[in-house]
Amino acid sequence: MSEMTNTLLEMKNVSKEYNGNPVLKDVNFTLKQGEVLGLVGENGAGKSTLMNILFGMEVIQQTGGYGGKVLIDGKEVKFASPLDALKAGIGMVHQEFSLLPGFTAAENILLNREPQNKSVLSLVFGDRANTIDRKKLQKEAIDAITKLGVELDPDMIVAEMPVGHKQFTEISREISKSAIRLLVLDEPTAVLTEKEAEMLLKAIRNLASQGISVIFITHRLQEILDVCNKVIVMRDGRIIKELEAADTSIPEMAKLMVGREVSTDKPKQDNDERKISDKIVLSVKNLWVDMPGETVRDVNLEVMDGEILGIGGLAGQGKLGIPNGIMGLFPAGGKIMLNGSEIPLNNPRACLDSSLAFVSEDRRGVGLLLDESLEWNIAFPAMQIQNKFLKNYLGGLIKWRDQAAIKEVTEKYISQLQIRCTSSLQKAKELSGGNQQKICLAKAFALEPKLLFVSEPTRGIDIGAKALVLQALREYNRKHGVTIVMISSELEELRQICDRIAIITDGAVSGILPAERPSEDFGILMVGKSKKEAM
Amino acid sequence: MDKAMELIRSFGLPRLIITLFLLALFIIAPFAGINVGASLTDVLGRFGQNAIMVLAMVPMIHSGCGLNFGLPLGIISGLLGATLAIETGIQGPISFFLAILYSTPFALIFGWGYGKLLNRVKGSEMMIATYVGFSSVAFMSIMWLILPYHSPTMVWGYTGQGLRTTISTEGFYYHILRDSLNLRIGSFSISFGEIIFFAVFAFIIWAFLHTKTGTAMTAVGSNPVFARASGINIDKQRTLSVIMSTWLGALGILCYQQGYGFVQLYQGPMYMAMPAVSAILIGGASVNKANITNVIIGTILYQGIVSMTPSVMNSLIHTDMSEVLRIIVSNGMILYALTRKSGASR
Repeated sequence: MSEMTNTLLEMKNVSKEYNGNPVLKDVNFTLKQGEVLGLVGENGAGKSTLMNILFGMEVIQQTGGYGGKVLIDGKEVKFASPLDALKAGIGMVHQEFSLLPGFTAAENILLNREPQNKSVLSLVFGDRANTIDRKKLQKEAIDAITKLGVELDPDMIVAEMPVGHKQFTEISREISKSAIRLLVLDEPTAVLTEKEAEMLLKAIRNLASQGISVIFITHRLQEILDVCNKVIVMRDGRIIKELEAADTSIPEMAKLMVGREVSTDKPKQDNDERKISDKIVLSVKNLWVDMPGETVRDVNLEVMDGEILGIGGLAGQGKLGIPNGIMGLFPAGGKIMLNGSEIPLNNPRACLDSSLAFVSEDRRGVGLLLDESLEWNIAFPAMQIQNKFLKNYLGGLIKWRDQAAIKEVTEKYISQLQIRCTSSLQKAKELSGGNQQKICLAKAFALEPKLLFVSEPTRGIDIGAKALVLQALREYNRKHGVTIVMISSELEELRQICDRIAIITDGAVSGILPAERPSEDFGILMVGKSKKEAM
Repeated sequence: MDKAMELIRSFGLPRLIITLFLLALFIIAPFAGINVGASLTDVLGRFGQNAIMVLAMVPMIHSGCGLNFGLPLGIISGLLGATLAIETGIQGPISFFLAILYSTPFALIFGWGYGKLLNRVKGSEMMIATYVGFSSVAFMSIMWLILPYHSPTMVWGYTGQGLRTTISTEGFYYHILRDSLNLRIGSFSISFGEIIFFAVFAFIIWAFLHTKTGTAMTAVGSNPVFARASGINIDKQRTLSVIMSTWLGALGILCYQQGYGFVQLYQGPMYMAMPAVSAILIGGASVNKANITNVIIGTILYQGIVSMTPSVMNSLIHTDMSEVLRIIVSNGMILYALTRKSGASR
């Protein structure tokens, strides 16, 4: 790290407002060559806006530009578009993937920069008629992947990849650009499992040692400690504090982020000694689910009445396929028994009718009616399945929407779950990620299920909202005795709230352990060792 | 200034321009020697004639099937009802009810098949719908010649078989709604019969959208995956919406015929979908959001332009600009709406 002397990037008094609302105020920091800078803050703290300014995104110019200066190598720059930023050696990996699903990893990595061969036709038609040098393409792609230090098959079609591999493809594309000097990673680990995240962190260190500076945005504070030199904590558009990663701790950062004390990482702070009955409420036998990227092969599980069962495992191993298959969203087979009666598969209605409910990991795609009001979002499933919030006329012939009851239940959940919104009539798409997640929970709670599947409830939401969501689930379990099956990529989160945790490897259960067991035991299960070996 | 811009945005720029244009026409009219009372009568009459066909857009927009470019299919159901009613020879108001009654089974069957077809082409409904409309018109052009109708009011005089291109509703249900509950003040007259007839069906659709099934239909249009995860049978809801739209189309053409005075066969229904589509878009609807207010405002604005421009423009510049303007407005509006999928005011 001898190169960590030259200042690569400097931001001076950068500020930005949208329609008169200041979202960034007086931001100052410097970044040296080969340095890894962690950027943390709650959703809406201004991290994305800051990166948009750095990257010259159109949205910044369209809303009136920004104040202050951005300097690269000591010279002021004003990027008019992301292309200028790319030319200056800045690469960015966004939260949303921008990959061509039908192309292979290698083709995506070198898209529009493919090595070319001259052909006869090029003499006539110029460079546009060049052919692609497949061998070289393959080699360059492999070089980029090796530079990143991850396992990734260059010939795999993107559409068939698990999310983790898509993320690696995206990062490989950025670092395959030879001029790359600064890489911005916007929550790259949010969709990765711990194992994959670890690989990525290693890759980041690797890049830094090659003199590439990295700005790393994440909600996982442990990763900051693991990989960063410096940390910037943002809140309400300001830099609250700049810390040396070596001298700080998770509680300190978390406290600075939210401006209040947050309990983190305490494994299962259970003061309520409670007995889980040994009555089996749900039994799953030989379940297979055909969910792309999350194939379930042969899962056998038993869920006890009143417990919180965690399901963990690496991405792509099939843990997400379990709830999606049982709830009928993807083709599935096997035998599901709820309280002794069999539930037909591939039939969402039948599951909902037998008091199962599901909070999907795909909030925006499956979980919400983005263009409709919060009232509709929360009341809709309960209305359709249980005929709640309806007034009957003409002896039930006309089922009229009971607007007052819908409003009442929505407001109940808004206050109960502390959902931040302007009114119960606000559209779901206008809320932030964490609040949207709470709407999804409220929707499931309104069904008053006996058993609730919750899939990745904290994905992509900030640490404050995370604690509230987990708290809401715990309370719901304790107060109403509802059995919860929670699927999450974050082991620590599962250990905080669950009674038992099942680990899924290669589409099957590799072991079920009580949550109090140390993380290492679960780690061993994740990499595919059998239950006995883990004991 | 910001507030004014915000207001304009929420009202919609095209809607604003068309409203101002229509107002300007009404202001110029007296100077061009045109009777404003008679013009208003004309606009309201056209509203009564066309509003139900515009209403036929609403169910399909709500279920996410897009704009009902397949309206000609509904119209054909209506034409079958109309011709069968006239074939019976029963005259007077009863013939109108007979026409509605006879067209209903056709609308249900055609709508069901049309719905099944649209369920197989999710994502490109509007294009398929356009061709469903066109091809059904072509098919029926053959059928009108072949079907064994005998009523002397309808068949060609020289051969005694095959239906004529236009058939008068005189003696059957001509002006059956137009002339009922008619209020006349000077040159201005308003037909409450037509307006109440429309209001009844508008109320039924409005009420339907407030029921459990109507809510499910809207959710299917808003996010089909959400609806499926909530246990809704998406295909069933979509088929239901298409059947409703088709039936309203049948009803709409019957209402049109009683005001217009003729049953138009053969190529008549070919381009009937365009004015209706255009009207609801001018009213502020989008490809996936629409309500009754959109229908009312849109029909008044569209029919206002269509009926006012010929009279005002012709007397001012002495050339026939009306058809050109009508085509620009209706097709331009459709083009505008299709380029921006969202952004409707609700």
